[in-house]
Amino acid sequence: MDKQQTQEFIARRVAAELKDGDLVNLGIGLPTLVANYVPEGKEVLFQSENGFIGLGPAPLEDEIDPSIANAGGLPVTIVPGGSFFDSAMSFGIIRGGHVDTTVLGALQVAENGDIANYMIPGKMVPGMGGAMDLLSGAKKVIVAMEHTAKGNPKLLKTCTLPLTAVRAVDLIVTEMGVIEVTPNGFMLTEYNPEYTVEQIQAATGAELIISPNLKHMQ
Amino acid sequence: MNKLISLEDAVNLVRDGDTVMIGGFLAVGTPERLIDALIKKGAKDLTLICNDTGFVDRGVGKMVVAKMFKKIYASHIGTNKETGRQMLEGETEVVLVPQGTLIEQIRAGGFGLGGVLTRTGLGTEVEKGKQIVEIDGEKFLLEKPMRANVALLFAEKADVKGNLSFHGATRNFNTYMGAAADISIVEAEQVVQVGEMCPDEVVVPGVFVKYIVDGGSL
Repeated sequence: MDKQQTQEFIARRVAAELKDGDLVNLGIGLPTLVANYVPEGKEVLFQSENGFIGLGPAPLEDEIDPSIANAGGLPVTIVPGGSFFDSAMSFGIIRGGHVDTTVLGALQVAENGDIANYMIPGKMVPGMGGAMDLLSGAKKVIVAMEHTAKGNPKLLKTCTLPLTAVRAVDLIVTEMGVIEVTPNGFMLTEYNPEYTVEQIQAATGAELIISPNLKHMQ
Repeated sequence: MNKLISLEDAVNLVRDGDTVMIGGFLAVGTPERLIDALIKKGAKDLTLICNDTGFVDRGVGKMVVAKMFKKIYASHIGTNKETGRQMLEGETEVVLVPQGTLIEQIRAGGFGLGGVLTRTGLGTEVEKGKQIVEIDGEKFLLEKPMRANVALLFAEKADVKGNLSFHGATRNFNTYMGAAADISIVEAEQVVQVGEMCPDEVVVPGVFVKYIVDGGSL
């Protein structure tokens, strides 16, 4: 798989986690692709933390409204039944536990669910934006990311970068497999048959518990 | 009382050393004409409170490029390389604040609250130096109110009493910053007479707006 196929594969698998009627917030980058793969028959509404529910696809060039942009500043549309609101309302929705699922990328995830995804000190300091609120408020947190960064594991015993939130992650979906964060650590529940379980373990910086119901990742 | 003033009179209300709140989210809902006029007038050693620092050529980012800030409070600076450069080289102090916390600090500052309690940021660098309050056995961070000397805001429509309405995702921080500033100035795309706005469509009551600049006439 090339990079684009890898990202689409991950996004498709994440989308299968979403339930009919869910309110979902997608992070910038790979997580944004999840919106393209919502299974037919499921109605999912997307929240955009800059102030609306009902995030729709990108508009045609001649239909761009500069006042309707996503949290990454890119032009989007709003679906019928959507609503606009301010940042206080938006983060009331987020912090108050009214978002069912948030999907974010990560630099590192620890086996206890700690996540680091907002800065590399001295190198890259973009800021946390709404990520800390989403991680503390959303009912379910899914990390969608490539399994390693330049060959180095991103799933670790403990994070070495500054944390975005403590014990926040529920599920991790990578091109190698699906991993649940359990009280005992990372549990591999599905794997991509292009890899062996041994290869996945070798690319992971913490011990994987192998689920007794281990399945192929679709 | 007529709240309409000229662009020049408006930016003359900003003095060196002031703390300024500026509405907008990645340059959506940003008072661009006020920003351009303020850059032209010149002001230095300002402290900025804003969701982000926009782009080098759009939004509040233009003021970063003009080196008008000594300190910046924002949730995200990743879209403006100049902010990162000034921070890493020690020219400008940058305080990263979770987005949901930032809007609540502003709301608290304008609404007479002594602070807000939030789980956001617990166990991260955001908690450093802050009081942790335990309520019924659960820990929260105490985040203090924020106020400013001047707020520069954007609205789609204002009547001459300062009642405001919005379009799309432009509400973001514009709805609460006026309450938290000694002087609030709104750049409105359209200004109408009293009675031409239905009270039902008013999102921000004019009590929070001291001055209006008619953006559409410029």
